[in-house]
Amino acid sequence: MMIEVRNLKKSFGALRVLDGVDFSIEKGEAVTIIGVSGGGKSILLKLLIGLITPNAGEIHIEGQNIAGMNERQLLQVRRKFGMLFQSAALFDSLSVEENVGFLLRREGRTAAAEISRRVGEVLELVGLEGTQKKMPAELSGGMRKRVGLARAVVYRPEIVLYDEPTTGLDPIAADSIDQLIIRVVETFNVTSVAVTHDMRSARRISRRILMLHQGRIYADQTPDEIFKSVDPVIHRFVNGIAEPIGKESLI
Amino acid sequence: MTSLAKQLARDWFGGLGRGTLLCREIVVSLVRVKPVWRDVLYQMYFIGVKSQTVVIITGMFTGMVLCAQTYFQFHRVKMDSLTLAVVSVSMGSELGPVLTGLMVAGRVGAAIAAQIGTMRVTEQIDALRTLAAHPVDYLVVPRFLGLFLTMPLLTVESIALGIAAAYVVASFLLGVNQADAWHQMMRHTDDIDMLTGVIKTFVFGGVIAVVACYKGLSCPQGAEGVGHATTEAVVYSSITILISNFFLTMILNTLLR
Repeated sequence: MMIEVRNLKKSFGALRVLDGVDFSIEKGEAVTIIGVSGGGKSILLKLLIGLITPNAGEIHIEGQNIAGMNERQLLQVRRKFGMLFQSAALFDSLSVEENVGFLLRREGRTAAAEISRRVGEVLELVGLEGTQKKMPAELSGGMRKRVGLARAVVYRPEIVLYDEPTTGLDPIAADSIDQLIIRVVETFNVTSVAVTHDMRSARRISRRILMLHQGRIYADQTPDEIFKSVDPVIHRFVNGIAEPIGKESLI
Repeated sequence: MTSLAKQLARDWFGGLGRGTLLCREIVVSLVRVKPVWRDVLYQMYFIGVKSQTVVIITGMFTGMVLCAQTYFQFHRVKMDSLTLAVVSVSMGSELGPVLTGLMVAGRVGAAIAAQIGTMRVTEQIDALRTLAAHPVDYLVVPRFLGLFLTMPLLTVESIALGIAAAYVVASFLLGVNQADAWHQMMRHTDDIDMLTGVIKTFVFGGVIAVVACYKGLSCPQGAEGVGHATTEAVVYSSITILISNFFLTMILNTLLR
């Protein structure tokens, strides 16, 4: 098992965000976590990579429980991960080439020419060849996400996490990001975990969908099963139907 | 009122604890991780070269005004020749280190808190961590070493310029006998006065780095959060410099004399 989460709990003050989350993901699987905004999806993703510490529960990455690790121990585990942030989170003082080759350069084990070659290769994969010298401020939102994706996969991680990969993009840019995610899974055979509330994207990029509802995994099904579900909670979410608002509430 | 006092005490002790943990992490990083000297050199350039204007103006004008004030008082009792000696001892052991520390806290401390705070609110710190880079290794240690190594140089420059400016004012503006003033200055200025000043600057450099980096790393979300962190970095590092200066003076004079 690549990722195994057991009885994971996370609270912020009195607010309980995750209340006993259990799931597992096998090597090479493409999974999407869906759920309402503010429901704890991004928190769950950050817990998986150790950016946040849980209040209780276990997170096993290839059998290694990372829940009790300190920051320096986590650095070793994080080498297995790549992560695409919602805002891309590019280092704004570094060029595209320096951003993408950051980890390889910092490790100091790869020759400069080899880093340059691999950066060029992965930029070509995301359709941004020739942008090496550009600064993040010169890129559009879609381009920034592509660079973020290139940075997340250039060192061949085993698991890639995507935090709202298509949020804030126009439909065409969102579609191209979806295609890239599929290409990355196929090219590198990585385990992919995405968090989104974009159902079109979730259907395209995943083989399994986990629905987070009220701090727990409410559904664990294939995309087709989720879309055909008659469960009122799933049906309302998938089809974007809000709870009816009474006249009193409107007043 | 009691709950507010409790909250303030909890925040203060919480901040102190987290600051101490950051210091421990800096020591761990210095011992275990080889610093990237290119980053340290860049920080030394940013801190040293870019602070020249404020350091030169502060040093020169402090020396000049101290010289003038001392002369006006000493002239009444016919002790003009001791003017430069007062300037030299004051600049070397107290005014040089403290004023340079305050100016660097204002310029560099604010910049560090704003840079790291902006990185935090735009998830760049999280991105660093996902790329297996410890924020203390990558962001804090180069700034800490940069300040630690550059502060003494800036302070010595400030002291030297202050004394030189005072010499010019005393000789050419106030008519003090040059040879006499120089002789008295050399006679009354101990090596220990200068050594005290230089030792203090290492502490002040470390204080500015730790406070500014801590404020940046714990910056609240949003543009207001970055502004808040920047202001607090300058205020807290300045206050810490002023308070620690008194204790350093007492301790160093006891130990060195």
